[in-house]
Amino acid sequence: MRRKPLFAASPSSFLPSRRALLVAGAVMAAGASLPGFPLAAGAAPGTRRIPSSGEAVPAVGLGTWITFNVGNDPLLLERSARVMEAFFAGGGRVIDSSPMYGSSQATLGYGFDRLGRPEGLFAADKVWTSSQREGPAQMARSRRAWKVPRFSLMQVHNLRGWEAHLPMLLEKKAAGEIGYVGITTSEGRRHGLFEEIMARETLDAVQVTYNPLDREVEERILPLAAERGTAVIVNRPFRQGALTRRLEGEKLPDFAAEIGASSWAQLILKFILAHPAVTVVIPATTRPEHASENMAASGGPLPDAAMRERISAAIGGL
Amino acid sequence: MPVLEGWSYRPADFLLFSERVYWRLFELQDAALWPLQLVALAAGGAVLLLALRQRRGAAPAIFLILAAAWLLVAVSFLWQRYLPVNWAIAYAIPFFLAEAGLLLGLLLGRGGALAAPWSPRLLAAAGLLAYALLAHPLLPLVAARPLASAELFALAPDPTAIVTLAVGAMLVEPRSAWLIMPVPALWCLASFATLLTLGSWQGWIVLAAPVLALSVRLLPADGPSGRVQA
Ligand SMILES: NC(=O)c1ccc[n+]([C@@H]2O[C@H](COP(=O)([O-])OP(=O)(O)OC[C@H]3O[C@@H](n4cnc5c(N)ncnc54)[C@H](OP(=O)(O)O)[C@@H]3O)[C@@H](O)[C@H]2O)c1
Repeated sequence: MRRKPLFAASPSSFLPSRRALLVAGAVMAAGASLPGFPLAAGAAPGTRRIPSSGEAVPAVGLGTWITFNVGNDPLLLERSARVMEAFFAGGGRVIDSSPMYGSSQATLGYGFDRLGRPEGLFAADKVWTSSQREGPAQMARSRRAWKVPRFSLMQVHNLRGWEAHLPMLLEKKAAGEIGYVGITTSEGRRHGLFEEIMARETLDAVQVTYNPLDREVEERILPLAAERGTAVIVNRPFRQGALTRRLEGEKLPDFAAEIGASSWAQLILKFILAHPAVTVVIPATTRPEHASENMAASGGPLPDAAMRERISAAIGGL
Repeated sequence: MPVLEGWSYRPADFLLFSERVYWRLFELQDAALWPLQLVALAAGGAVLLLALRQRRGAAPAIFLILAAAWLLVAVSFLWQRYLPVNWAIAYAIPFFLAEAGLLLGLLLGRGGALAAPWSPRLLAAAGLLAYALLAHPLLPLVAARPLASAELFALAPDPTAIVTLAVGAMLVEPRSAWLIMPVPALWCLASFATLLTLGSWQGWIVLAAPVLALSVRLLPADGPSGRVQA
């Protein structure tokens, strides 16, 4: 059963806004020094600005690791498209994938075929190879799998071959072939080197793990990102589902209602988004209803510093 | 979460797909290849009967069936279904093709003598073979999965590897056994790691297969008449 595409494909809608809203970026950076008062001035509710350009993006994105690696299974491909549909319907635009994620990129391509590409789609992918020569060819293959004309953000996955890839990516950015350049890590791996690169290179975005239990990045990486005007993408908000599974059936603390969180997942996402340095959080899901629930966490009030500690303590204490 | 400088990977980091996707691979494979299951079962049954009765030309026929099975699994399962969700399978495919080649080599060369029909070794190996053919496909019933995801000899890698290990255990000449047993044994180890990471107890069965097959090789290959059949 083929549904009508939600969106007409419009390649031009991908070109990230190059309006140099540097002032807004600076405001965002300034806001970063005020823990507990995180909302970036100038950004619409539920959106954040990328400091290097001022472009606004929805603060909740979609990850694709494992969840979208469904091969050529027609049933699961269709289900993934339904997840994308719910995500877009909730206002989501930022999607993160990688050539490392099996067929996830092709699943996105399938979804875009079914639904069309939404205006303002922010396609974030990665280069994942230790070979310098292979990098551009891999990116071209990834783009064909996604079926997008251009990547909004290209990140060096887990810093693999970063010395070779970063200059290439900066060149491609200058030539307008990609929108932004970033690096990723997860679960605290290679944070020392990660910080060094952040301090030395001009990066638009960094991707790290952050959630109420994994807070190491609060010490140096998040403040450094704020200082350098680097966008922060947060991966593994639910520890790959271990957190949400553990919290299933546990009573939500009463204070969750104060910030409009109706589930543990929303409470966690709000905890993350309340950090002033965070730009986008990218939970992954196989369920359309979870995509909608996660998107809904981007609007409304966010916890202040004291409530964030209560969230962390509540989850850590279980 | 500890600060980890340098890389530290856990098995789970290498698993790119969910349990649901993994079992669906067999469901899709079975649906796409129906009614090849009947042919596969008949071919597996033929291997068992040929081994038990050992008429002239039994061993070459067994090697031919096994080679065809490894080829079919490599192309129809590994390449067409498993590879899209697991890029590491690209490294396994050449081994499957090599195993088919080794089996054909055994067919053409000498060294295919089997343990005597009623020898302890042949009977034990036949038991393992019968398990792979008939009981392994029924595991979904125990694991509360649809029977439509049954793993069959010649269509799925695990039972194909177990059948081959059983045949390897039947071979009299150690050299022949060492030729055809390493690939299925390695596959069983890899499959064990995958299943364990997915949280499936089925992994232990797949791990037990090479251990059993190697133990079976220690049993006497002589029949009641005390003579090894060539
Ligand atoms: N080094 C890197 O570059 C790197 C490393 C790790 C991750 N990432 C990126 O970050 C993304 C997110 O990380 P992740 O996928 O590892 O894990 P995650 O987003 O922390 O967790 C995903 C799991 O959370 C569950 N979930 C999602 N929304 C839920 C909700 N509302 N309620 C209950 N459960 C919910 C999902 O289960 P259901 O399917 O049942 O919803 C899924 O199993 C990845 O997909 C990937 O794009 C990048």
